[in-house]
Amino acid sequence: MSMFLEIGRIEDIPRQAARLVKTDMGCIAIFRTFDDKIFALDDKCPHKGGPISNGIQHGDMVTCPLHNWVFDLNTGQAQGADSGVIRTYPVEVREGVILIARSSLDQAVAAE
Amino acid sequence: MAQKLVVIGAGMASGRVLEHLFEDAPGMYDVTLFNGEARGNYNRIMLSPVLSGEKTYEEIVTHDDPWYATHNVVCRFGEQITGIDRDRKVVISASGETPYDKLLIATGSAPFIIPVQGKELPGVITYRDLDDTNAMIAASAKPGAKAVVIGGGLLGLEAAAGMKARGMEVTVIHLMGHLMERQLDPAAGYLLEKDLERRGIKVHCKGSTAAILGDGKVEAVLLEDNTTYPADLVVMAVGIRPETRLATDAHLEIGRGIVVNDQMVTSDPDILAVGECVEHKGQLFGLVAPLYDQAKVVAKTLQAEPSAFQPVQTATKLKVTGVDLYSAGDFAEGEGREEIVYRDASAGIYKRLVIKDDKIIGAVMYGDTVDGPWFFQKIKSGEDISEGRETLIFGPNFAGGAASDPFSAVAALPDDAEICGCNGISKGMIVKAIQNGAKSLADVQAVTKASTSCGTCLGLTTQLTALTLGDDFVLPGVAGMCKCTDHTHDDVRRLIRAKSLKSIPAIMQELEWKTSGGCHSCRPALNYYLVCEWPGEYIDHAQSRFINERVHANIQKDGTYSVVPRMWGGLTSPTELRAIADVADKFNIPTVKVTGGQRIDLLGVKKDDLPAVWADLNDAGMVSGHAYAKGLRTVKTCVGTDWCRFGTQDSTGLGVRIEKAMWGAWTPHKVKMAVSGCPRNCAEATCKDVGVICVDSGFEIGVGGAAGMDLKKIETIAKVETEDEALDIIIAFVQLYREGAQYLHRPYKWIAKVGLDHVIAKVVDDKENRAALVERFNYSQTFYQVDPWAERVRGLDAHEFAPLMDLTQVAAE
Ligand code: SRM
Ligand SMILES: Cc1cc2nc3c(=O)[nH]c(=O)nc-3n(C[C@H](O)[C@H](O)[C@H](O)COP(=O)(O)OP(=O)(O)OC[C@H]3O[C@@H](n4cnc5c(N)ncnc54)[C@H](O)[C@@H]3O)c2cc1C
Ligand code: SF4
Ligand code: FES
Repeated sequence: MSMFLEIGRIEDIPRQAARLVKTDMGCIAIFRTFDDKIFALDDKCPHKGGPISNGIQHGDMVTCPLHNWVFDLNTGQAQGADSGVIRTYPVEVREGVILIARSSLDQAVAAE
Repeated sequence: MAQKLVVIGAGMASGRVLEHLFEDAPGMYDVTLFNGEARGNYNRIMLSPVLSGEKTYEEIVTHDDPWYATHNVVCRFGEQITGIDRDRKVVISASGETPYDKLLIATGSAPFIIPVQGKELPGVITYRDLDDTNAMIAASAKPGAKAVVIGGGLLGLEAAAGMKARGMEVTVIHLMGHLMERQLDPAAGYLLEKDLERRGIKVHCKGSTAAILGDGKVEAVLLEDNTTYPADLVVMAVGIRPETRLATDAHLEIGRGIVVNDQMVTSDPDILAVGECVEHKGQLFGLVAPLYDQAKVVAKTLQAEPSAFQPVQTATKLKVTGVDLYSAGDFAEGEGREEIVYRDASAGIYKRLVIKDDKIIGAVMYGDTVDGPWFFQKIKSGEDISEGRETLIFGPNFAGGAASDPFSAVAALPDDAEICGCNGISKGMIVKAIQNGAKSLADVQAVTKASTSCGTCLGLTTQLTALTLGDDFVLPGVAGMCKCTDHTHDDVRRLIRAKSLKSIPAIMQELEWKTSGGCHSCRPALNYYLVCEWPGEYIDHAQSRFINERVHANIQKDGTYSVVPRMWGGLTSPTELRAIADVADKFNIPTVKVTGGQRIDLLGVKKDDLPAVWADLNDAGMVSGHAYAKGLRTVKTCVGTDWCRFGTQDSTGLGVRIEKAMWGAWTPHKVKMAVSGCPRNCAEATCKDVGVICVDSGFEIGVGGAAGMDLKKIETIAKVETEDEALDIIIAFVQLYREGAQYLHRPYKWIAKVGLDHVIAKVVDDKENRAALVERFNYSQTFYQVDPWAERVRGLDAHEFAPLMDLTQVAAE
């Protein structure tokens, strides 16, 4: 079994947008930045659970749509005066294919 | 050991004294500061912007708790001093005695109350402090509240304009033949009166108050000529007199005010006085400029350093947004006096210079006041003006009538021309501050205090700073759109136009954005500006829109969405209601609610289900209600002539027509409208961005209402006879707003900036311009009046509504 799981192609996500990978443990948001970096984070804001995949992206940051907390996509860390961390998942892009580490999903995808 | 300084009154004068004192001689005095008001020093002259809602109290505080703490000031706010015992050198208050080595009396003025029957009724107030201001704001909360202001001077008019801005019905009663007779001549007074009446303020000159009527609280004001004006609030602003009671009881020398010498010392060598409570060489003071000079002298005297107070001439400006008025010097008619008058009736401009012995001795300006400081300078210098007298009235830039560069007026000023009257700051002092290292407007303000008191000279100060700094000038950070740029919203819009910028990256490149991709605050604004400027050319950037506008539904606290279909003018039908019911059943939608906008909200829809929900609603003929959009929301209507026994016009029909014409248009902020069939106003049209009240003879169109965080009543801009004309005016108004307003400003905020007169001129009076606005709006609608739901039912932006991968299904297989 490969270490990585294919979850889609980079062009499936518009620049500065995000899409979801649904798992039994909740959704993972896959972000594509303006300069084509890919990040994967839990789609759940530590503040009040806002779906961060719906936020506005700027640079490597995303702003939560519910109350405007801002998170760094690299680390999942809340910026400025707010504190909280969103879990991040290792992802890779090979020849346009987005891959997510299986090990990190083990917990998330319980039944597999 | 430090000496004990006790200060009575934490007003504008004493605040300045303490600043100078702590700067020159920190630690020399232990200061105890008493104030009758239950708060510390604030910028009293900015109460008018607080009243009108343009500023908050927090913004006008000049000294805060950390400042007093840093300087070890013992604050006794809310504690009135009731006596001074000069022999024992103590002041007396409710909590006991406080000893002093030096005492500073800075008790300001007390408003004058005219001795008429009813003057002590609840609801009769003066205009002096924050409590008065708050009382006016509170009174304005009652819909339709009426205020009568007695006194048409500076204070009275600022109170009137502020209450009007808060939606009250305001009448000003003035004893003299024209307003502000101490500062204005009759012609300028007349222009001012007309301007105020156009803003809906009633002015009654030559009105002498006979009595204030009311049973237990104020109800009306009765004049000598038997006119009565109903009133929920009466504001007396007929004048002030120095607050001298303490000094009188302590047997200090008193004239009309507390008598002080050039060193600001009273008849007791250990007691000084400063501010409006003093009399100096027979003169009283009612504006801050001379008080600030006094404050400098007091600080020196307290340090036993030589210094002498010399009163300067003062100029007056009225702080009513949209009214430009400037007066200085003496302009009464008299022997040997000549005058030069300039009038431009259509532009509402009036200028008058009074000349004696070839010198300007007085200047009054209305409508266009940029040259005020230049004339004021000539008054002060007493310079001979016989040469160039023919063109004098046109100001420093007269060069054959060519349009002048905004900087040239400032460039032409001599070094000793006054820029900031409140703080006595001349052009030369600002230039010197910059030569000494000030690098920005903020630096100039910090060093000189120019434009930090009443704020009316902010434009001049900024221009002068820009001119002197040249290329090094950067606009102050606060003015920028956000941390990504120093350009203001208005400038960005202008530059988008001027440089034909047609995409967000182009703007960021050309205008030198400081961040790589903007932020959640500037990108939606830029996207809107481009949508508005280049209809049909600009490709909307979905990722620069807030989620609601991106997926055309409102996100809820649990991440689900709400769906609100349009119900034109609030009308629905059994078919639509059945379709809504079916959709709610089919998709297990937990809540169905009637909104405050006369339509139905389906709450708790899952994002993945949105296109399917819309498809079913589309099938029943319904389209998006844009409940999520900075765009047209609802047009509420009442039943009008169709059913109502009082209806005067087809209000429902007109509402439907407006909504059908305007839906889909993007605007700077959301726009809500209503049409009521008669003045009973069942559709609540008087608190909408656009509200139409039908009357027998036609339609009254009002704009700039609001009922959200601020409560504002609409102001009427036109009364027309036909539905067609009403619709044209409404469309033109919205287009003017679309093109002019800053992103996230509702129409009332934008109108406060540009003035209602501008709106009336462009939308109502200038028919050609109206037609052009309508044409631009309609052109834009050919691109934007498309149901976004139907587009997505057909597959647009499918990625928004489907997961990239569903591992729950993988798991289940
Ligand atoms: C649904 C509704 C409440 C209801 O159940 O009745 C509602 C719901 C919301 N309003 Fe409202 N407002 C609703 C009528 C109003 C009204 C009444 C009216 O329109 O006649 C007002 C006062 C009138 C006014 O706007 O002047 C109103 C003043 C506000 C404000 C304050 C706006 C302001 O300029 O001060 C906000 C905040 C904002 O827009 O920034 C707001 C914001 C909101 C938001 C968008 C809050 C948010 O950001 O999530 C709510 C969205 C709920 C949703 O998902 O649908 N809502 N809101 C009403 C929808 C009307 C419609 O059919 O479109
Ligand atoms: C609404 C408004 C707008 C104005 N606009 C302008 C303008 O545009 N330009 C301009 O130049 N001027 C303007 N003025 C005038 C300006 O505010 C005054 O000239 C200035 O505030 C006077 O300063 P002061 O320190 O002498 O008195 P104040 O600022 O009035 O301070 C006196 C303080 O002493 C306190 N006090 C009085 N008696 C006692 C006591 N016995 N014990 C304890 N405390 C006491 C009072 O509570 C008060 O807080 C305006 C005034 C008002 C009210
Ligand atoms: S008033 Fe409006 S914004 Fe506030 S909770 Fe109700 S719906 Fe939400
Ligand atoms: S839920 Fe994300 S900021 Fe509140």
